This record gives sequence, structure tokens and C-alpha cells, in this order.
Amino acid sequence: MTTIQARFQLDYGDFKLDVDLNLPGTGVTVLFGHSGSGKTTLLRCIAGLQRAPQGFLEINGNVWQDSERDLFLPTYKRPLGYVFQEANLFPHLTVRDNLLYGLKRIKQNQGSVKLDQTLELLGIGHLMERMPEHLSGGERQRVAIARALALNPEILLMDEPLASLDFKRKQEILPFLSCLHQQLDIPVLYVTHSQQEVAQLADTLVILEEGRALASGPLAETQSRLDVPLAQDREAATVWQATVAEHEADYHLTRVAFAGGSLSLPAVDAPVGTPLRIQIYARDVSIALEAPTATSILNVLSATITGIADGRDGQSVVRLQIGDQALLAHITRKSALMLGLQIGMAIYVQIKGTSILN
Amino acid sequence: MLTTADLDTLLLTCKIAGIATSLMLLIGTPLAWWLTRTSSSLKGIVNTLVALPLVLPPSVLGFYLLVLMGPAGPVGKLTTWLGLGTLPFTFAGLIVASVLYSIPFVVQPLQASFSGISEQALEAAATLRASPLDTFFSVVVPLAKPGFLSAGILGFAHTVGEFGVVLMVGGNIPDKTRVVSVQIYNHVEALEYSEAHWLAGCLLLFSFSVLLVLYTVLKTQPVAHPLK
Repeated sequence: MTTIQARFQLDYGDFKLDVDLNLPGTGVTVLFGHSGSGKTTLLRCIAGLQRAPQGFLEINGNVWQDSERDLFLPTYKRPLGYVFQEANLFPHLTVRDNLLYGLKRIKQNQGSVKLDQTLELLGIGHLMERMPEHLSGGERQRVAIARALALNPEILLMDEPLASLDFKRKQEILPFLSCLHQQLDIPVLYVTHSQQEVAQLADTLVILEEGRALASGPLAETQSRLDVPLAQDREAATVWQATVAEHEADYHLTRVAFAGGSLSLPAVDAPVGTPLRIQIYARDVSIALEAPTATSILNVLSATITGIADGRDGQSVVRLQIGDQALLAHITRKSALMLGLQIGMAIYVQIKGTSILN
Repeated sequence: MLTTADLDTLLLTCKIAGIATSLMLLIGTPLAWWLTRTSSSLKGIVNTLVALPLVLPPSVLGFYLLVLMGPAGPVGKLTTWLGLGTLPFTFAGLIVASVLYSIPFVVQPLQASFSGISEQALEAAATLRASPLDTFFSVVVPLAKPGFLSAGILGFAHTVGEFGVVLMVGGNIPDKTRVVSVQIYNHVEALEYSEAHWLAGCLLLFSFSVLLVLYTVLKTQPVAHPLK
């Protein structure tokens, strides 16, 4: 199901953007890349804040830009919400009037109902009469998010909303974003250069470099692509979506189900059926040719090798498939040679550690 | 004491300055906004034209206006054709001259104030469904309020203080073009120093208060900034 089609070409001489993306119409799509990769420019083109000379943009069946027909919907006519890197609140208006600014300009009954809900979710109800200059950076950014959501937009665009905040403020806002992610039924395009934010928020990942999309697809699949530098990173990991399946109180363990089987985790205090995001670092995955019978590691899964590449510092990066789920493993090149690992081989993986992200 | 004639000139001066200031704000606001935002090659020449009255002797400006608006000048021919007669030595002519003479004092503070408004604030408004015109009135005007106040006050004060242009274009006609500065000149010519004192004192007090308000209350730089 593809509901966002974005093709843009622009050339500023020292910077070129050339992308052709088909993105899902639900969930969070993270546009990931280093500074200068074009991720913010891409977002600004989608918002209409910048006009790519060559461009086609269709959201939910509505065409917002088609340079061939000379069609370009100005930003203020696009039903979107935009959160800037700096909160960008109007300094002459109270928090309340900032929140109402957009609401007053859309047709009645399109928003407003959402506002109370959003205020509660973001915990800013008590700030309504304050002026922006009397808010902390984190509060300001939460107001900015609420201001964008109040419009009940068809798509939410977020440009590094946490980048200007210190570590503490980031940790204060990330849970709100995870929460939003579960409650929103609109697509979110989220620009960041932080792998932590990718892991916590992304359903779909687009990796940008020098104005081009290197890879685009479901999170774990894209994270485990061997042709993308991310897989080589010391912190390389795969994030799985899972649900709580069963509690084993005696062992203080919880079993969670994912698209390719199940895993045992240290007890999770959440009812059966709760969705979880589980991060598995590539360095925590080891490979065995035969099913290990005597091992202290609980999570042993059968998998198929779908790719092998040389990593840094004598490492091999192995891409694995477990049911519908992709997984990345970092092992030493020596082990890979000794085991004679080849694409297509059926092997066993042992997962030494997992972390729960929400 | 102020004579009835003096009061009449004061009233006329305020009337001219009031009308001229309103016109200058009306013309100057879009002009200043355009000058702030444009990357057009015309920007330099328009900036120069706007700033010209700052350096030109008022008599030079007045002389050209007289020629242009006179019966043989292009503007004069146009106004005659329109059935308005010629503008020199009329109230309307004086308004036109005042607007041209004082416009830098309105445009420049506005420009300074507009350029302090971040692009981001305008973009935020656009993402919140505000059209450019809507954004101008709901974001730019409130944020540029100090600029509008200094522009209005400076434009008014500078129009009140003009002399050379008035004398060239308006002449010295009671209740039509005889403003305070001209009246003071008349008094001095007639050696009526005490009357001159009263009017001059009024203007001094007025100018001092205006600048005091600008410097202390608004904390702006009331001096026009040529070549910003």
C-alpha cells in the first residue's frame, strides 16, 4: 500500500537532490542521513517551503506538485502539520493563541476535537496562558508539536524536532513521540541523524546520502541492508516489532512473538498483546551451524543467510532471514571463514541480548 | 501668546502631517516589505530613490516638484487633463511634496524592523494555513509594531519640521499652505520676535518629546539608516 509518492530533482550547483520515493501512508517514516544529505531539503520540498523545479508529489491520492502540469500547491493550502527544528512559536502570542492560530484558519469541525486530546498527551495543558519566551526548550517543542497536530493534518512532517534540545530534554520528549506514534493514524515523515531516534520511532527507513536515497523500506529490512554504511556501524542493530505473548512468572521471563517466531525476554511489565519494539545489536548475535544443545542462551532461532559482506576491523557482516524478519549479525571474519558461511545456508543464531525500546 | 493666525497654522500643519503620514504608511509599508524581501535588481535603485530626500537640499526637491507639477510639467499636464488643475500652491500639492520629502523616515524604520523578522516565523505561518497576506497582518505587523510606531512618529515629526519644500511648492497662503515653520519665518521677517518665540518653542517642545519617546519608551534608533 503506497500512498506517498515523492519525486524531486533540484540542483543548487554544490548540492543536488534527486529522489524517487514510494512511502507507506501509515506509520513513521524516518528520513535518515548526515548533515548535507538532503533530508531536510526533501522534507521542505514535500511541505512546499522549497520548490523543486522538477517534482511530483502525491499524498493520499491528492497531487500537491506536478512540474509537468506546472502544478504547485502553496504550503498554506497543503493539509499538513510541520514541526521545525527550533520550535518556531510566534513570540507575540500566548501558548493558547499559538495553538489556535492554525485552528482558526481551517474549516470548522476539522480539528478542535483533537486539541484537548493532544494537550493531554503532550502534557502542556497548564502552559496555556504563558508566552513562548517563558517556556523551557522542551516545553516549547511540545507546544510546537501540539500546534501542528491541532490542525488534524493528513500528514505530519517533523524536521529534527529534538536536535536543538539537550540530552535531558530529548529523553523528556521521546516518550511523547513514541506515544504519538501509537495514537496517530496519519503518516509521519521524520527527519533525523540520530540512530537512537531511528530505533525508537521508525517503521519505515529512508537512508539519504548526497541528495540520493540509498535505501528505503521497512525498518529491519533497511537496517540490515549490506550495501548501506549503517550495517557496518559498531552500533548496527535491527529493530523488530513484537507483541507480548506469555508471561513465565516462575522464571521471571516474558515470551514475545514476532513475525518469524518468538523470543524470551526478562519479564516485561505489560499485559499480553502489548506491542513492543525490540532492538538487537548485531554484535549480540552469534551463528552456529548446528542447533546448540547445551547452551545457556535462551534465544536460539533457525535462520537463513541472505548476505555476507566484509565489515570493518576484521569483521564480517551477515544478513539473516528468520521467517519474515531480517536480522543483522557481526561476527569475526575468521569465524565466517571457519564455518564456511555462504548465502542460502540454513544456520542457527543465538541472541545474547535484546533491549526493549518502549 | 499665540495668535489666532498662529493657531490656524498649527492646526493646518497637524492636518498636513497627519494626512501625509497616513499616506506614507499606506505607500511605505508595501514598499518597505518589498525592499526587505526582494532579490530584484531594481532594489538598489529604489532604495536610492527612497533615501534621496535625506541628502537632497529641500529647495532642490521643491524646485523639481514645482517644475513637474506646474502647468508645463508632465504631472501638471496630467492633473489639468484630469480636471484637477495644477498642484503647486495648493493643499493637495503640499501633501504630495510632504510625502515625497518624508518617505525615507517611514520606509527605513519599517525596513529595519521587517528585516528583523525571521523567515522561519513566516514559514511557520504558512504551515499553519495562513496565506501570505494573512501572514503579513497576523505575524509581520504585530512583530513589527515598534517599527510602525517609529515610522509613524518620525514621518509625522519630519513633515511638521519641513520648510524649504513648503516654501517652494506651497508658498505662503493662509489656511491653505501656511504651516508653522513658514509662520515663524514670517514673524521673524516682521521682527515679531515674541510671537516667533512662542511658535518656535512649541516646535522645540514637540520635537524633543517625540525623540524622547522614541529613545526611551520604544528604545529604537529614530535616526534614519541610509545604506543599511
